[in-house]
Amino acid sequence: MADTSLTILVIDANPARAAVLEDGLREAGHARVVRLDTTRELLLRIFEIDPDVILIDLESPSRDVLEQMFQVSRTVKRPVAMFVDQSDTASIEAAVDAGVSAYIVDGLKKERVKSILDMTVSRFNAFDHLQRELHQARTELAERKVIERAKGILMKSKGLSEEEAYASMRRAAMNEKMKLADIAQSVVTAAQLLT
Amino acid sequence: MTETEAAVVAERGDRTCWRAGFMPLVDAAPLIVAHELGFAAAEGIELELVRETSWANIRDRMFLGHFDVAHLLAPMTVSTRLGIGHVRSPLVAPFVLSRGGNSIAITPALAAEGGDWGAPGDPFASGRTFARVVAERAARGAEPPTVAAVFPFSNHHYQLCHWLETAGVDPERDLRLVVVPPPHMVEAMTSGDVDAVCVGAPWVGRAVEAGVGRLLLPTTALWPASPEKVLAMREDFVRRSPAAVARLLAALDRAARWCDAAENRGELARLLARPGFVDVPAGELEHTLAGDLPLAPDGRRLAVDGFLRFHGATGEVPVNRPRQVDGLWCAAQMLRRGQWHDRIEAFAEARRAFAPDLWDAAFGRPVDVGSESVTTFSGPAFAAEAPDGWLDAPRRPVG
Repeated sequence: MADTSLTILVIDANPARAAVLEDGLREAGHARVVRLDTTRELLLRIFEIDPDVILIDLESPSRDVLEQMFQVSRTVKRPVAMFVDQSDTASIEAAVDAGVSAYIVDGLKKERVKSILDMTVSRFNAFDHLQRELHQARTELAERKVIERAKGILMKSKGLSEEEAYASMRRAAMNEKMKLADIAQSVVTAAQLLT
Repeated sequence: MTETEAAVVAERGDRTCWRAGFMPLVDAAPLIVAHELGFAAAEGIELELVRETSWANIRDRMFLGHFDVAHLLAPMTVSTRLGIGHVRSPLVAPFVLSRGGNSIAITPALAAEGGDWGAPGDPFASGRTFARVVAERAARGAEPPTVAAVFPFSNHHYQLCHWLETAGVDPERDLRLVVVPPPHMVEAMTSGDVDAVCVGAPWVGRAVEAGVGRLLLPTTALWPASPEKVLAMREDFVRRSPAAVARLLAALDRAARWCDAAENRGELARLLARPGFVDVPAGELEHTLAGDLPLAPDGRRLAVDGFLRFHGATGEVPVNRPRQVDGLWCAAQMLRRGQWHDRIEAFAEARRAFAPDLWDAAFGRPVDVGSESVTTFSGPAFAAEAPDGWLDAPRRPVG
């Protein structure tokens, strides 16, 4: 069961990913989720929000600001600890690979918040996966377009049928050990240079 | 040797493709040059440089083994050995990448509030003025000045504290000490979120050029020869491949020599200016490398001899050879600032972190290793054989 009394701070420069994580945390019953996409005066903001758990993306240079909170000082209300134990290399690795780091208020039992880290890591991974799929889809679309253009060029300049144009590029790709899209791109580039 | 054994050995021997983490700062130069100009390849070492965004990431990724070696803040080798900051990892610093290169700057608002700051580079006059501002603010119940360094365990933090403590300020009580990552420094000075900063090249220059900062001190005016960044690696990594580590040190020695030569500054600046490295205009970097620093938005400049050194010696201190006294000095700062309390453990770990044996094995122990002491602008002497003496000496404000 989710520990609904916890205040969770999410620091992520990527608003889309932060939103995905926030949704997940809310669905799991954590009502007190605060999102920060600016890191200006971060320590003051944290002091005001007074979170129990802080999740920060590893691309943020502000991770070094959080390192100051391991000690108590006039700028820190409660000292924090890194969420994962030194001995728990697998958890550290999972978090770093996903691109996130978690800090909790010192003294808070880790079991109380373990599900939060697990959810964060899995949401970060899922987000990354989606980004990659999107990137791949975009690349494929761009490749298909260039192949279509190259086909058109070959059909026009060499009087080939569509199938013949496609087959000649396939053959060239196999002979040159290159990707079909790369052959198509050279056809397009060559045509541009020659006209 | 059986064929299988030979294959294993060959495979291990070939595993000289190392991943090196670095932060986009001018003092990563020897590591970048070792790769880009082929000094590492000439020693049979392939470096894969990985640009990082925080020191904490570098520390964690060294612990996990994602990085074999890294560009690291000198005090972090000691703090990480002690496990302050919750990740304990036995790092060593067999090669000092740079000495010097930091500067302290204040915002135009603080400059106006203080009035007379003395001649640029005078730590006593500027410290006196700063102490007066602190006292005046306290008297009228105003917020204490906010002072920013780049990491809790950094020379920047310790240099600021040492400078102001000498002027009679109690840093932990009288100041708001914060961490601001270098790429956010200019913004923090523009918005007035911070009053003073200590940061490495090229960031103070950037703030001055942007009209939001005034250079007070190059930190060579405080600590003339402190090790700034080191090449760090894990002890078990050294144990696994001692011969290859020696080859890497040889490559770094050549790269550092190249970086330190005045005639290479233009080329080095253009290399570091690339988007994958420091990503700051080459012109600014070339001035920084030459110790030609912008002082104030009105265009005045300050020439600092030996501002940032990569090779050779600063005074009688060799630049690249780690000295145990350097590590002890870092440990003493952590103890002085209340970041750690066990002196015996701190000094023992510091001696291990800054052991010169790998360097000496690679280049030969120098006939004259110089004094094992640290000289600073003020305060009691710091000697390797009696680091407690510095901590226990009574302190009186000077100047």
